[in-house]
Amino acid sequence: MGELKLPEIDYGALAPMLILFGVACVGVLIEVLVPRRARNLVQLVLALLGVVAALTVLVINRNTRIVTVGGAVAIDGPSVFLQGAILVLGVVSLFLIGERQVEQGGAFVAQAAVVVGSDKDAKQVTGQSGLTEVYPLATFALGGMLLFVAANDLLTMFVALEVFSLPLYLLCALARRRRLLSQEAALKYFLLGSYASAFFLFGVAMLYGFAGSVQLGAIHAAVANPQRSPVLLYAGFGLVAIGLLFKSALAPFHVWTPDVYQGAPTPITAFMAACTKVAAFGALLRVLYTAFEGVRWDFQPVLGTVAVLTMFLGAIMAVTQTDMKRLLAYSSIANAGYLMVGVLALNKDGLASTMFYLVAYGFSVVAAFAIISLVRDSDGEATHLSRWAGIGRKSPLLAGIFTFILLTFAGIPLTSGFTAKFAVFGAAIDGGQTWLVIFGVITSMLLAFPYLRVVVLMWLSEPGETTPAVSIPGFLTSAALGLGVIVTVVLGVAPAPLIDLTREASQFVR
Amino acid sequence: MTNFPFLSVLTLLPLVGAISVACIPRAKAELAKIVALIWSLVVLVLSIFMWVAFTVGSPDRFQFHEKYAWIPSWNASFTFAADGIALVMLMLIAVLFPVVILASWHDVDQSKRSAPTYFALLLAFEFTMIGVFAAADVFLFYVFFEIMLIPMYFIIGSFGSGQKQYAAVKFFLYSLVGGLFMLAAVVGLWVIGGHTFEFSALVDAAKTFDQDTARWLFLGFFVAFAIKAPFFPFHTWLPDSGGAAPAGAAALLVGVMDKVGTFGILRYCLPLFPEASRWFAPAAMVLAVVGIIYAALLAVGQNDLKRLVSYTSIAHFGFIGIGIFAFTTQGGTGSVLYMVNHGLATGLLFIVVGMFVARRGSSLVSDFGGAGKMVPALAGVLFFAGLASLALPGTAPFVSEFLVLLGTFSTNKAYAVIATVGIVLAAAYVLWMIQRTTQGTLNPALEDVPAMKKDLSLREKVVVAPLIALLLVLGFYPKPVTDVINPAVEQTLLDVGTQDPGPSAVADGKAGR
Repeated sequence: MGELKLPEIDYGALAPMLILFGVACVGVLIEVLVPRRARNLVQLVLALLGVVAALTVLVINRNTRIVTVGGAVAIDGPSVFLQGAILVLGVVSLFLIGERQVEQGGAFVAQAAVVVGSDKDAKQVTGQSGLTEVYPLATFALGGMLLFVAANDLLTMFVALEVFSLPLYLLCALARRRRLLSQEAALKYFLLGSYASAFFLFGVAMLYGFAGSVQLGAIHAAVANPQRSPVLLYAGFGLVAIGLLFKSALAPFHVWTPDVYQGAPTPITAFMAACTKVAAFGALLRVLYTAFEGVRWDFQPVLGTVAVLTMFLGAIMAVTQTDMKRLLAYSSIANAGYLMVGVLALNKDGLASTMFYLVAYGFSVVAAFAIISLVRDSDGEATHLSRWAGIGRKSPLLAGIFTFILLTFAGIPLTSGFTAKFAVFGAAIDGGQTWLVIFGVITSMLLAFPYLRVVVLMWLSEPGETTPAVSIPGFLTSAALGLGVIVTVVLGVAPAPLIDLTREASQFVR
Repeated sequence: MTNFPFLSVLTLLPLVGAISVACIPRAKAELAKIVALIWSLVVLVLSIFMWVAFTVGSPDRFQFHEKYAWIPSWNASFTFAADGIALVMLMLIAVLFPVVILASWHDVDQSKRSAPTYFALLLAFEFTMIGVFAAADVFLFYVFFEIMLIPMYFIIGSFGSGQKQYAAVKFFLYSLVGGLFMLAAVVGLWVIGGHTFEFSALVDAAKTFDQDTARWLFLGFFVAFAIKAPFFPFHTWLPDSGGAAPAGAAALLVGVMDKVGTFGILRYCLPLFPEASRWFAPAAMVLAVVGIIYAALLAVGQNDLKRLVSYTSIAHFGFIGIGIFAFTTQGGTGSVLYMVNHGLATGLLFIVVGMFVARRGSSLVSDFGGAGKMVPALAGVLFFAGLASLALPGTAPFVSEFLVLLGTFSTNKAYAVIATVGIVLAAAYVLWMIQRTTQGTLNPALEDVPAMKKDLSLREKVVVAPLIALLLVLGFYPKPVTDVINPAVEQTLLDVGTQDPGPSAVADGKAGR
């Protein structure tokens, strides 16, 4: 950790975030300046360029290890790695968001304010060009996420939380079809998210009372050498944890996930499942590993119970689902549980394996949602499970890819799902958390069943009359799908480079 | 020639074959079959070379050692090595696959599914099977152990008959559950054993494990292998899978795949967790003996030929189980030999049953009756396969069953005596099955089935001939195989830390037969 000169700002270290926020602002201006016809292309190219530029700067400055902006932002191994992960997954998600060929006009509503069921609504469904505000919104969200994983004090973390959450609430409401569902999802997400933020903020206040500072390093010092009542510490920690558990979709704060995943436009669901998960777990890792490492014996059993509960709820509820998006939502909840197993290892390997898992899962889940966006009929996506019967017969390639993704989620070897699970389980046993691994294994057994059910449905069932046609993916969706699958294969067969990268990166600064 | 990377080439050949067959368009089914057969024959030829290159009596238990880096940070590598036990299993695989491919020649002709896919899946399955026996790295072993489910799942689910979906899902879930128990144990072993997957390093590290940990880890592995084998009470998936799978695939299922379970116990459970193995041995013996009697009784009552053969296999796995856990050289050698012989005998039985089923269009015993009058040669082969399966002296399984009982009797008399009852029951289920299908008065319905008028075709003769020959040769002269197996078994027992009671009688026993 270098010498801190409080007012000094290392713009190089902040550059990725500044680029994204700048690009997002330009995006807002484009909405005014560029004619409607050209807007989509311009916005998409701009957003992609922005993310790629941010990524480039990040890679150039990858060896920066600094605490800057008066201790508010820590650029260290984990934050560089996680920022990179968010940006790469962001590019892939932007591909999905930018897709305009699968559905005429894209997955987003043409005018969000149109009353559902009105004539105008009926007209917009038929192919009016979708909203282009989604690009600046997504870029803002990405910028917020970058800040979230790098925030070195709780207030900055809160600001970042809001910066990336607010655009997500909006994005959830912008589905072109099934708009009531989408709006309901957005409202639920917003209300529950606000509560979670409020808890977080209240917790920050308590911790400030305990430590006299909101900086993670100062809290760490105060934990080691407490000056004030530990009640403030535990209450504050609990409340902050609630805020973070909510964003990570860990039980019992997961209830929003299925509704939001189902209601949100599928590209946004993919975006949330991949990028938000990285951001939320990035912050959780930082808070637990840097600020509260000293009370690990107190929170390990509690958060361990949370992890077990999450895995079980996710796995059991996934069995009962009849909607593909909800099924994947519960599967993502269970995966959050596995991630938590890695987090709770509370050692270097725990950090490295969790980061590996986040990347591996992010790519697979984007590919999964890309496929869901392709299975559709005239009413939009056909997400009900029964509609997928016999799809393997109609489009074997797509069903084959989806089968592969499901096997990944089930943790079959030679897929990234297996290596990721192996990594977190190994770290957890190393960290003395064998019981979490045992529950992880048991829930993996349960979770295999819903995945297998989908495989059976696709390959072994006869196609029904209502089996929808599979759309031919546009270039962007193909790119997202291809990237997701390739990364899943590579991380399953040859994970060594990424494992080494996560290990090198797994050192926090305070 | 000994420096030739036999095991990795042997593993990869079928994979390349599977990909090449999968690329053949559906319309050219014949071409796909021929290509698949050629690939499997290439594997056979290479394994014969490997058999010749294997040095019997070499001080190195593991030969053909190969190691390639994979995930250095986990110390996982592509390590291949074969001891005598693995070598004979690899030979069995290499023999059975071309036979099964030839036997399955017309299996998918009538189906709506694509023939190239079927044969590609068979070759993919061979890839995973060879890999699982050739791996000498626990991580690699686990990888093959799990992915072998996938081709078999699709073979049963897509190309099976009857309740194929139910059977395929049950098969997959049972095996996956076992695999995940093993995953927990593998992770634990890796962490406690010093972050290595190398078999020999783990055997050394395992000596320092504390007792409880070792027992739990043993249990994780054992459950996985007991499900795969399968031992009572984890066996219920096998009759469903065996009954639903195409006959050729079923032959591979019980002939080769289930051996992974017993092989795994010998190769991993015993040397890695010697104390736990001894501690759990009585329980394992009880399960095995219960399996022998229970499965035999169920087999007697079956009306479905394929399910019947599946149940007989469960009984036979019981014999293999008691042989392993008797911790004697005869018992261990007998068990390994039993694995080979059972693969040949039950493989033949399944294939012949498949020929009957293909002619009759039904696998129910009650749909046959007096079939020997219409297809005498085929019925003769069934008779031979049945006799081999019940371990008639002169056929190979007799040698192994005798060795197993001998080895078990010297340490666990009671189990050996009870297991002997299983032999009587074996005679009952096999002979009664043969009587009801091929003997007795001719079932008039059979005369209306035109296919039943055709006796063994040339292709079918080529299919059954090598298996019959091997069963006879190994029945009279098992020495080449036992010589290969024996050192590996002795080394395993050395790792377990048990000694044979009194001087070994293996050599004399062989000479006496």
